[in-house]
Amino acid sequence: MEFKGYRRSNGSVGTRNYVGILSTVVCANEVADGISRQVRETACFMHQQGCCQTPVDIKRVNDTLIGLGRNPNLFSVLLVSLGCESTGVEEVATAISAEGKLVETVVIQDIGGAARSIAEGVLLAQAMVEEASKMERVLCPVSDIVLGLKCGSSDTTSGLAPNPALGIASDLIVEEGGTSILGEVTEFIGAEHLLAQHAKNGQIGRQILDFVKRMEDRAKSVGADIRGGQPTGGNIKGGLTTIEEKSLGAIAKAGTAPVLAVYEYGVAPQVKGLVVMDSPGREPEVLTGLAAAGCNVIAFTTGRGAPQGFPFVPVVKITGNRVTWDKLRDHMDVNVSAVMEGAETLPEAGKRIFQEILEVASGRLTKAEISGYTKAMDIYMVGPVI
Amino acid sequence: MTQIKVRWKSLRKRGRKMKIDAIMIKEEDNVATALREMQPREKAVVGIDDKSIEVLIEEHIPYGHKFAVKHITKGENILKYGEIIGRATQNIASGAHAHIQNIESLRGRGDLD
Repeated sequence: MEFKGYRRSNGSVGTRNYVGILSTVVCANEVADGISRQVRETACFMHQQGCCQTPVDIKRVNDTLIGLGRNPNLFSVLLVSLGCESTGVEEVATAISAEGKLVETVVIQDIGGAARSIAEGVLLAQAMVEEASKMERVLCPVSDIVLGLKCGSSDTTSGLAPNPALGIASDLIVEEGGTSILGEVTEFIGAEHLLAQHAKNGQIGRQILDFVKRMEDRAKSVGADIRGGQPTGGNIKGGLTTIEEKSLGAIAKAGTAPVLAVYEYGVAPQVKGLVVMDSPGREPEVLTGLAAAGCNVIAFTTGRGAPQGFPFVPVVKITGNRVTWDKLRDHMDVNVSAVMEGAETLPEAGKRIFQEILEVASGRLTKAEISGYTKAMDIYMVGPVI
Repeated sequence: MTQIKVRWKSLRKRGRKMKIDAIMIKEEDNVATALREMQPREKAVVGIDDKSIEVLIEEHIPYGHKFAVKHITKGENILKYGEIIGRATQNIASGAHAHIQNIESLRGRGDLD
């Protein structure tokens, strides 16, 4: 079983070959976007962080940008900085280039304003894209897949068809030696005992339970019932009643492979196989975390129809809700509603998702890539804005 | 208390699978998920693997929402996937809509601490 990808000098494999335009602070987003809009084959990552935050979160911003810059789907990286932010722009640039990747930096306050910075950035990006375009896809084994698992805008169909089907696809990738990353720790609440039973050993199991407790304590610290936030108003309209019910459906997407390791947000796994990564359930933060951890493709199940992808990682949308498939066709990639109606088995649907992941990894565009619905991303913060 | 008699029937007739209106994951579950919108006094065929039961629907059930497949008493755990998904805040009649109006979550309850 193989797919066609871009093999990088450090051995990792890209499923896309973009020049990444990464904004280092919320104040540089307009310039990063301005550059990316004028140069084909660039992908722009914008976020709301990088200044007036505690050192814990500034480190999180630095580490996340380093992880994103190192993602194998980026051939090279252009950092766009304002100049006065807290983000360690030089540290980020050095860490990304340490793996042999070209990194350029545009500093708006040094160059003299947005217009001049966009012009300079466009010229840099054009030259970088010219180099990137010399890369060719080569045959790669499935073991080079690093799959991100995500579900969003869930309803009761999610836990019955797309999540268990994705779990089967994830198991197939892990069996072939690939990696699968499960985030969304909030959506373990009420199902963590089942996930912990899947842990490689007791220590990993305890780490999973600790992550869940940390997330639940954080949610409870505001002194309210989390219902309405988790499950969301949309989840509730879709028939999900409690976070426990949502979680029991959500963890099905991890399949049955053992959980080999547990990582903090955005940290690249050091093992191949199924791993857990800390993250909340909201799309902008979890998609960014999966990309920073090195995912080269993401599989995203949805009930009511979550539209977004990620700027440089293809996101395959899978639904088991036939109404959503019909109404949001321009956002959906795979329809497994036949499972709900008993016309397709879960193993058949899982195999179909696995095939789709390999085809997308080989270059077939997802709906989120075609529509470019990828701009509103963010980084998961733990402390306040100060 | 109206408790329905649970009589499991085979879903396969002459090798063909019967169409179901709702699905249960585990036999111990006390709620089922509707696979189509249902109205009061409809008889719902609830499938679980290759078996089924019939439940008389008592209330309007939107697509994807749950209904009780047996009488559930206030304070009783709600079971789906064979796991606890919450607790009944009032009695729930068989065939009644089982959702946020009669089920509370036991987790993430910062309001109770």
